[in-house]
Amino acid sequence: MNKNPSSGMIEVQDLSVRYGDFVAVKGVSFSVAAGETFGLVGESGSGKSTILQALAGLADDWSGSMSVDGLALVAGARRSLAFRKHLQMVFQDPYGSLHPHQTVDQILSSPARIHGFGSIDRRIAEVMEAVGLGPQFRFRLPHQLSGGQRQRVAIARALIVEPKVLLLDEPTSALDASVQAEILNLLVTLRHERGLTYLLVTHDLSVVAYLCDRLAVMEKGSFVETQPIEALETGAFDQDYTRRLFAAAAR
Amino acid sequence: MSLSSPLPPRRGLRAWLTSDTPASRFQARLGRYYATWRALSSNPLTLLGLAILLALVLVAAFAPWLAPFAPNDQDLANRLAPMGGLHPLGTDQLGRDILSRLLYGSRVTLAIIVLVAVISAPIGLAVGTIAGYFGGWVAAVLMRVTDIFMAFPRLILALAFVAVLGPGIDNAVIAIAITAWPPYARIARAETLTFRNADFVRASIVEGAGHWRILMTQIVPLCLGSMIVRVTLDMAGVILIAAGLGFLGLGAQPPTAEWGAMISTGRDYMLDQWWVAAMPGIAILLVSLAFNLLGDGLRDALDPRKRRS
Amino acid sequence: MAQDTLLEVDGLTVRFPSVHGPIEAVRDISFAMGREKIAIVGESGSGKSMTARAILDLIRPPGERIARSIRLDGTDLTRLSPRQMRQVRGGRITMVMQDPKYSLNPTMSVGAQLYENWLIHVGKPKRLSRAAGQKAVLEMLEAVQINDPPRVARSFPHELSGGMGQRVMIAMMLIPQPELMIADEPTSALDVTVQMEVLKLMDGLVARNGMGLLFISHDLPLVSRFCDRVLIMYRGRIVEECRADRLHEAQHPYTQGLLSCLPSYAQRGHPLATLSRDAGWEVAP
Repeated sequence: MNKNPSSGMIEVQDLSVRYGDFVAVKGVSFSVAAGETFGLVGESGSGKSTILQALAGLADDWSGSMSVDGLALVAGARRSLAFRKHLQMVFQDPYGSLHPHQTVDQILSSPARIHGFGSIDRRIAEVMEAVGLGPQFRFRLPHQLSGGQRQRVAIARALIVEPKVLLLDEPTSALDASVQAEILNLLVTLRHERGLTYLLVTHDLSVVAYLCDRLAVMEKGSFVETQPIEALETGAFDQDYTRRLFAAAAR
Repeated sequence: MSLSSPLPPRRGLRAWLTSDTPASRFQARLGRYYATWRALSSNPLTLLGLAILLALVLVAAFAPWLAPFAPNDQDLANRLAPMGGLHPLGTDQLGRDILSRLLYGSRVTLAIIVLVAVISAPIGLAVGTIAGYFGGWVAAVLMRVTDIFMAFPRLILALAFVAVLGPGIDNAVIAIAITAWPPYARIARAETLTFRNADFVRASIVEGAGHWRILMTQIVPLCLGSMIVRVTLDMAGVILIAAGLGFLGLGAQPPTAEWGAMISTGRDYMLDQWWVAAMPGIAILLVSLAFNLLGDGLRDALDPRKRRS
Repeated sequence: MAQDTLLEVDGLTVRFPSVHGPIEAVRDISFAMGREKIAIVGESGSGKSMTARAILDLIRPPGERIARSIRLDGTDLTRLSPRQMRQVRGGRITMVMQDPKYSLNPTMSVGAQLYENWLIHVGKPKRLSRAAGQKAVLEMLEAVQINDPPRVARSFPHELSGGMGQRVMIAMMLIPQPELMIADEPTSALDVTVQMEVLKLMDGLVARNGMGLLFISHDLPLVSRFCDRVLIMYRGRIVEECRADRLHEAQHPYTQGLLSCLPSYAQRGHPLATLSRDAGWEVAP
């Protein structure tokens, strides 16, 4: 692995991802600068989540090149722990992404142990405070938490290893509007405090409008266009498909 | 977290156990056990099954003190004595006290149950979760081996093993254990398949957890519940097979008191001295029934599909 | 309020037993609707779906439904026998669920399912021929703006996209010519562009057939443009009722909170408003 300090935090060149015979992502390239929030927008089946899966190591059959913070990934090779530490992920469904038999304490201590952090007790207390979970939640099981609290646990689990990049896969679409607002506020605060880089996948343009600096619109595995976020205000899109999507969301 | 977190006074142990905000790992764990116990104890039939099995354990532990006679003491003058009097459950063809032999026989039964469970459940769990988690050729090999074992009728396969290994309790246990694990492997694999692509497993991968850690911390704990239920329900069958082997003379060897062997010898006197065969038969029936009752209750209390809310 | 009342719910409560005593998912709610589009909006756990299920008597034991009356065009549904209720369900009142994937039978072709439904609610009672049924099925598929009805009728649910599946569900629910259609988050599982098409379609059908529509949703902006009136539910109670086009004038702090916490471009750089829940909202007004 060679480090290239001049490049962006996330560099993806000509990425293609397959599931068996199906090509879910076709030759996609993009770059996300450190501290930037980049949104991937598209309808179901457009391949937006697949890009996150490939970056997170959950889809193995890919080609092209990907690097995070200068650490290049090699297709088919085992990822180093250092790479995994840089890049963590928050899943869509907070009901499914937490193990039903593990307490918050167990869920949070596992990544800290894997990455060899010391003073785990203190670390868990700190990260829980950072995501706005009181100490009384520490030994609860997921079913004793609300949806918003669970998503906070999922965010804390991603943060406890001090990553540089968070992959956010529809992080609020399973939540009620009022809870969504709390989680979005939390994500904004954490980005500011920790200098995080976000790669956000969502179908909700209003979330993109609020959170992202740039967005890419996907259709059938390819980028239709990439625009700065101001385009959502002015509607200045180049492609017909994007304009339709934008019109449907703006209603 | 410390184990010495103070019990909140006056609110009582129950409130502490059912607290939604446990203050320590210890309290959280005890709370979970308590919730399971509550679910289990709400069914009177389950409690009955549990009571019978507890009685079995106590009887096995204290057999020498409970039994009026030594199990192999012969009183040839008093052969085939009817129930009542000196011998509450009568005597067998060699004048041995049936009650004493039943009480000592519980030790053999208990030993077989425990050994079979300890051997077969972990094998089944390991084979099933590994096959389910890795899939591909690993699953193909492991599950075909499982299929081969499942293709034979259980008693026949046990008989074949005992025939090869030689009769005796040890070999009977090994034979039963070898034939008992395949269904566990199937169940564990099926359960693992439903969890393998769950988000919490994917989250573990993103954390950087290795296969071993994912199997042990994510998959196995979720398979344990149904495994315990299935093993418990199967124990009735295990007792029957052990008794069957004993009955055929391939299990415990004389003069060891074993319920199946006792029925076998009692068979000759079935018409005139029915109690010789009936008493061990009732013992087998009771213990099998107890395992079934407990298994049903455990299924209601542990089944993740029923508890997931 | 519409002059002729189609559905009148009076004092509806849905109760479930739990370890900590009974839990009331719906608490003594009353409302009335005519042949109009009325929305019940609330967060998860507010009791909006339970209300829909309770109207159709679909609360499973140990849950129980308690109501003074639920009148559909004069008939008190609470006094019907289970047999009579089955005829109301799927006949006079039909329901479209969130995800067509789980509402359609995967082993039967779409046409066969539509035909079966027609047979039960129209064909048998009116003693109509098989040919009439097949014609009705194709007409219904055409009514929900499906391009090639014969082809779709032959296909199986897994061969349909989400939007197409939901159109088929709507076609199915139109067959008995219901007086009231209940739609429980009918577009939440669909992509935004498809969502609008399905809503437009439902809008037209409701107007043309003179049905009432009870629309269950969590999406306030959506129902404000689509429905006539909105009922806002909070923890089992209706806390506010207002005209959909006047939603921005809503009085209740809960409704206001739900509207102001939505993210948008204009909110960038500012923390979103969050809801500070008030125990007083749970008490009957």
